[in-house]
Amino acid sequence: MPHPLPWWIAGPLIGFMVPVLLLVGNKAFGISSNLRHVCAALAPCGIEFFQHDWKRIGLWNVTFLAGVLTGAALAASFAPPTVQISARTIDTLRALGVRDFAGLAPLDIFTWASLLTLRGFVCVVVGGFLVGFGTAYAGGCTSGHAIAGLADRQLASLIAVCGFFAGGLAATYFILPRIL
Amino acid sequence: MIVYFLLGCGFGAVLMEAEVISWFRIQEMFRFDAFHMYGIIGSAVVVAGVSLLVMKKLALRDAEGALLALAPKVVGTGVRYIAGGTIFGVGWALTGACPGPLVALVGGGVPVMIVALASALAGTWVYGFLRPRLPH
Repeated sequence: MPHPLPWWIAGPLIGFMVPVLLLVGNKAFGISSNLRHVCAALAPCGIEFFQHDWKRIGLWNVTFLAGVLTGAALAASFAPPTVQISARTIDTLRALGVRDFAGLAPLDIFTWASLLTLRGFVCVVVGGFLVGFGTAYAGGCTSGHAIAGLADRQLASLIAVCGFFAGGLAATYFILPRIL
Repeated sequence: MIVYFLLGCGFGAVLMEAEVISWFRIQEMFRFDAFHMYGIIGSAVVVAGVSLLVMKKLALRDAEGALLALAPKVVGTGVRYIAGGTIFGVGWALTGACPGPLVALVGGGVPVMIVALASALAGTWVYGFLRPRLPH
């Protein structure tokens, strides 16, 4: 299998998730609501945001997410990706202090041991927290807003996607250079 | 339910094979050094958008008679979308993963991402806790 899977194959396959989920069960494509469902299942703690009937509303989506985990694991074992990014990005990242370019993510940051370093802690722990907080606040992530919402021409999603990029650019140009 | 599981498997496999879940690819995107990620998101939006238009024309309905459609999001002041979106964007660039890829990475090769996933759950929980006091 060629790596990466070309954008003109991957993009349409991802895009088809939106109509297929509607056709299968009138479900809206969106991953981040699962974080809310899992919170409701594990630790609702009387908080109003987690009082919804997560099994009725979200069991299908949690099942979908279990599939994502399984599908990614199978794909990684049968056809492991060999990430070759642009030379320019490599040069920039190398200048910032990234040394490992072998896997999906640099081992300079994404290992158990690096959790105790500033860059590991900020990228994994703080970054993860912001993903969970931000998507819940914005009511969607890349799948729900950037793909399904934009495809449905919803203004709310357009605003959210502008935010995604504003935040991503800020982190790329102002935060990462200081911590790597 | 098995259908949703299989669709999820397909989605997870595409995320992995197209390297959407790679921190490097996300950096390449935010540094505007490659078209790959823009091509994926752009063509996904076009394919989904055309499908939604066709479905609207056909006025397809589910078993209960409801139209097959996405629920419209209330814009309101828009604060939640710009603020929440920006906060998520920072997290997206730091982890190199949005929620789907976060889970895919746990399954497919970067085990420490389970910490990021747990942290994301904590983030959503804290949002739920603070929600009555946040502007929306």
